[in-house]
Amino acid sequence: MSKQNINVALIGNPNVGKTSVFNQLTGLNQQVGNYPGITVEKKVGFCKLSTNINANVIDLPGTYSLNASSADESVVIDLLLNKKDKLFPDVIVLVSEVENLKRNLLLFTQIKDLEIPTILVINMIDRMKLKGISLDIPFLEEKLKTKIALVSSRKNIGIEELKKLITTYKTISTEPCLNASSIDDVYFDNLRKTFPNQSLYKLWLVITQDVNFVDLNRKALEHNSFTKSDSELKRLQQKETIKRYQFINNTLKIGQKIDSASATDFRSKLDRVLTHKFWGYMIFFAVLFGIFQSIFEWSKIPMDFIDRIFAGLSAAASQNLPPGTFTNLIAQGIIPGVGGILMFIPQITFLFLFISVLEESGYMSRVVFLMDKIMRKFGLSGKSVVPLISGTACAIPAIMATRNIENWKERLITILVTPFTTCSARLPVYAIIIGLVIPDKFVFGFLNLQGLTLMLLYFLGFSMAILSAYILNKVLKLNCKTFFVVEMPNYKLPMFKNVGITVIEKTKAFVFGAGKIILAISVVLWFLASYSPSEKFKNAEEILHSKTENSSLTKRAFDNKLASYKLEHSYIGIMGKTIEPLISPLGYDWKIGVAIISSFAAREVFVGTLATIYSVGGDGKNDETIRSKMKEEANHETGDKIFNFASGISLLLFYAFAMQCASTLAVTKKETNSWKWPMGQLVFMSSFAYIVALIAYQILK
Amino acid sequence: MKNTIASLKKGDKAVIIDFDADIIPLKLLEMGCLPGNTVELLQIAPLGDPLYLDINGSHLAIRIETAREIEVDIIKK
Repeated sequence: MSKQNINVALIGNPNVGKTSVFNQLTGLNQQVGNYPGITVEKKVGFCKLSTNINANVIDLPGTYSLNASSADESVVIDLLLNKKDKLFPDVIVLVSEVENLKRNLLLFTQIKDLEIPTILVINMIDRMKLKGISLDIPFLEEKLKTKIALVSSRKNIGIEELKKLITTYKTISTEPCLNASSIDDVYFDNLRKTFPNQSLYKLWLVITQDVNFVDLNRKALEHNSFTKSDSELKRLQQKETIKRYQFINNTLKIGQKIDSASATDFRSKLDRVLTHKFWGYMIFFAVLFGIFQSIFEWSKIPMDFIDRIFAGLSAAASQNLPPGTFTNLIAQGIIPGVGGILMFIPQITFLFLFISVLEESGYMSRVVFLMDKIMRKFGLSGKSVVPLISGTACAIPAIMATRNIENWKERLITILVTPFTTCSARLPVYAIIIGLVIPDKFVFGFLNLQGLTLMLLYFLGFSMAILSAYILNKVLKLNCKTFFVVEMPNYKLPMFKNVGITVIEKTKAFVFGAGKIILAISVVLWFLASYSPSEKFKNAEEILHSKTENSSLTKRAFDNKLASYKLEHSYIGIMGKTIEPLISPLGYDWKIGVAIISSFAAREVFVGTLATIYSVGGDGKNDETIRSKMKEEANHETGDKIFNFASGISLLLFYAFAMQCASTLAVTKKETNSWKWPMGQLVFMSSFAYIVALIAYQILK
Repeated sequence: MKNTIASLKKGDKAVIIDFDADIIPLKLLEMGCLPGNTVELLQIAPLGDPLYLDINGSHLAIRIETAREIEVDIIKK
């Protein structure tokens, strides 16, 4: 018998352990990509079901029903309606959870109407006894017209049986469980007569929401005699939902027994503490503190380690490779560029680790519950807390995490203000400037002044996010229905495997996503610093020789002079000089100008550029030398130090507020589907940064 | 005066009677908020909003402005 490849789609409500089932089926044989045009994650894994059947397993985003209300949910419908999609499932595995069977079955009855073979997985069966639940499986299988697999993805129970069941998919009934069209016989009969070849439920989905499929689109349906107003359609959808629940309630009345006396009360006890009016907030702040502590303290060591490795690599490359343009590109462009990306891995990993633990355990929903009222005063939602916390690592995943905010205005405001939170790319900039201009002293004996400044900058970023949310809330006139529903899932001990896979996947996505841009910039930067249209650049050596003939310079001092002379007349030096008049009121010279230009697309490039500018000639990557060189850097006319307290504070403020991140702009464009919002972010944030930095410098100088 | 979910006290149980179909989002219905189903108020957030409910076995939180639109019959104080 020949090998057979089938497509298996995993569908289910959020919080039912769908991803654990996916992980158990596929192990690490996963590929994470994006659906074309949108940033919804697409996870496909591979699983060997039997000796001659292999499966592509698709983990679809969690959804409560087929009536999509978000981009994530639309993905599910798009796939299920499009028979020509190469991932169109041969069989659907609907994952449900034993404690929320009633609600999970709503999606099941909808899926059954699509007439695709569907297996019902009831997950978390290890909790059945604890919760006093018993199920009449043969009865349920008969009523629901399906096969049921009892699984505990946590304890790895029932996975093999599930695999076997999937191989028999051809024998599973494709009949719907109930006739939902009886809610309006006349209407649906009409529909059936007009489109005799189409499945009725598919037609209904196309009519009620914004999806198209194959040879039928919304437009064709809109101009028909059976058009109904939105309000009428909504009422019909409600009737449909009620009808489905009637069927489910009747089925479970016989098929499921719950002995509530034996249910333990762990959840309500924990809820009482975690959402307590005093302890709830205390615990939340303690958790936040722990997260920040680990991001900054624990990741220092691995970050320094990575930094040193790349400094060594860069030095080794320039020593051991034959000298020339190509070696320079590798040693000064590519290696520092890659190092700049990999430096962030420890911080990003810690952050994703914490967020994924908090979400898996169910604690995040309690935070949303706790914070909603406060956040709403600023035009945000309780659900904005997660993006704002994630923003301290990177704005890109943070903006993607706003997707579950139902209210468009609250979501938009969250997207717009998230880039103000201090992301990890600002950290190296802050670190080097603080090191230069803030004395390393202690106040009150224990507060390090430098650490305090860093903390103030975090506070500043967060306050600015909140403040601009408040203003946007007043200014934006968006009329959208506000509503807010958050599921409060059961508390669960996070599973190591799930957390691990999430952290690996997210970190990978960050490194390759942001990495590409940073790498490209560092190569371009290297090019701009190494070539020039000017004759002075080409003849730099002769010019300098004739200038310095009389002074007795050492070889090393001469080389340094040569390198900085060359840089001044390179493409990038010319660019820096051009913007000098614009930035000198802020206290910056052309070299800082170069660094600002080059870090326009990614902030962390600032440090690398300064390193290049000040290190050329010396052994580039030694931080101390760069820092001491920066310290001595003086204005060529007045002799004043360039990096003084005033210009340092001005730079810190500039980087705190300016929108120096091309990837954030790109993700905002994707998520808001318009250039209007990212452009607004860019103009507002950067001009605000300029003004604040200007004021700060003029006052302090 | 009509009772709504917003007028429940912590620990109260009630049966959902009716709501304005145009205001209540479909998503809430899909999570089990339907006429005839029971609802229990489990917790009120420290600042008085949102409300943490058990509706038909589903644990979820909604805001008071939504809760006010859902008419109920209180069955157990």
